[in-house]
Amino acid sequence: MVEGSEKVVTAAQNIHTLRPDARVKLEIADLAISYGAQTILSDVNFSIYEHEIFGIIGPANAGKTSFIKAVNRMDMFTSSMHVDGQILFNGRDNKSLRNVYALRNRIGVVFPLPVGLPLSVYDNVALAPRLSGIKSKEKLDVIVERCLTRAALWDEVKDRLDSLGSLLSGGQQQRLTIARALSQDPELLMLDEFSIAVDPVTTMRIEDVLKELKKEVTIILVTNLVQQARRLADRTAFFLEGKCVEVGITEELFTGTVKDQRTRDYVEGRFG
Amino acid sequence: MAENPIVAAVERPQAVAPQEADFDNRNSDWFIDKAVQILVFLGGISAIVFIIGIFVFITKEGAGFLFADLDIVEFFTSPRWRPTSEHNPTYGILALVVGTASVTGLAMVVAIPFSLGAAIYIAEFATGKTREFLKVLVELLAAIPSVVWGFIGLTIMNPLIIQVFDVPVGLNVLNAGVILGLMAAPIMTSIAEDALNAVPDRYREAAEAMGATRWQVTIRAVLPAAKNGLLGAVLLGVGRGFGETMAVLMATGHSINLPSSVFDSVRALTATIAAELGETAVGSNHYMALFTIGIFLFVITFIINLTADLIVRGVRKG
Repeated sequence: MVEGSEKVVTAAQNIHTLRPDARVKLEIADLAISYGAQTILSDVNFSIYEHEIFGIIGPANAGKTSFIKAVNRMDMFTSSMHVDGQILFNGRDNKSLRNVYALRNRIGVVFPLPVGLPLSVYDNVALAPRLSGIKSKEKLDVIVERCLTRAALWDEVKDRLDSLGSLLSGGQQQRLTIARALSQDPELLMLDEFSIAVDPVTTMRIEDVLKELKKEVTIILVTNLVQQARRLADRTAFFLEGKCVEVGITEELFTGTVKDQRTRDYVEGRFG
Repeated sequence: MAENPIVAAVERPQAVAPQEADFDNRNSDWFIDKAVQILVFLGGISAIVFIIGIFVFITKEGAGFLFADLDIVEFFTSPRWRPTSEHNPTYGILALVVGTASVTGLAMVVAIPFSLGAAIYIAEFATGKTREFLKVLVELLAAIPSVVWGFIGLTIMNPLIIQVFDVPVGLNVLNAGVILGLMAAPIMTSIAEDALNAVPDRYREAAEAMGATRWQVTIRAVLPAAKNGLLGAVLLGVGRGFGETMAVLMATGHSINLPSSVFDSVRALTATIAAELGETAVGSNHYMALFTIGIFLFVITFIINLTADLIVRGVRKG
């Protein structure tokens, strides 16, 4: 455990050598998630810094999606899901908030399967701004165009903003979902395998957008594609069988010494 | 808080803290959400309160008889329902229970194949205008008042049965069963079709892609996915059969009888209450006996619904 801590610390220090002023956005301490009697994720300890892309890789059933759900308190409506330990968002324990919706306002989430709400394309993207009280048509127009452009969808839908979002193709709906998450103007953006239904060219375009977005928001990128994590993430955590096996500077996980041989095996595609 | 190894080892960086106040600020949206939660809670509770209220009311009305003069064994095992006898009134509902059960049973034999067949045709096989037309037609059939069905039983089915089967009376189990079956079929069709429509198309597409025929798709993919809804439709029909009053009053012949064949006249529990309650003195044994029948109907309906619920949840007893 001591050995492990040292390794993690190295990674944490490294981000400070890259960006000495980086501040903690999200701090995870002794996180454990269980459904009923079954613990599916435990012993998670790391911090995510402002303006970094933090990759989470790992095979199926590693607890990646549950981690995302725990961060924005989506365990509230899943009575069997139990979260132990602490998740500090901007230094605040996310269980201690009196208004959990204020937390969710600041966190954008993109789920693996596209969810075009049964509203028009425009209304899909304008939903979050409207929820937060923006009524002016001009302001909404600007937000909708900016978010759709960033999600690489604007050119395809600009002539049919009134058609139903749920009728777009799967890939388009996924980009609509991303646009909607951006429209919240989140401080933290969590993407759970966003590219699963998107073609490679569009995926690249969205990846470029994410690199740009990093200047404004903090991004957690859960991905099955190890190379995507390598392309985008500043640091990456490797989840395996309900444990956080390793956290480190992404490039080190691929080229440097790793704490755990399983990490190397996974990133080099030898299992999983 | 447990020591975080990362934070413990490096000098703790300053956490970001912009506008922290709104995490604890319960704004109007938050209060509206709470208010709505309370409202829907009251709405949900009120349904339970009403049900309990009804049960308490009918129990109270029947209590003077139920807990005093009623011979419970005779009540359930005697086929003699003679509440108006001057010297020796008897209160046996066996014949009435058998009457209701036989009519409902026959109605289900008629309605289940018709309604499930119609639902499968509309949801899985029919397309375009045929489908839309049939849907509207089914909705329309479901809206026919039960007294009209009773009228059909009296004036059309009655002579038809006498003629075809050469029996003296056409108002019998067969008549009421068919009428009740036809009556329950449209609403069961409607519910069953909703259940089939709720099955996502991706199930059909996945099965079709493997070369399954339309019928194979239906039987292998759609029906298993919709089985709870279909069971719900059938149990709704059973509930309808038990509770239906006017049509069975008109079509059964309304004579107290333990039927030996479908050509015997019977009398139903509900029809008995409907026909006799207006003629009894409030508070008399007869009046209270009718309420006891009401309690019995209530309990039966409760058991049917509970069973349906348990089956739908996949919980089996024992």
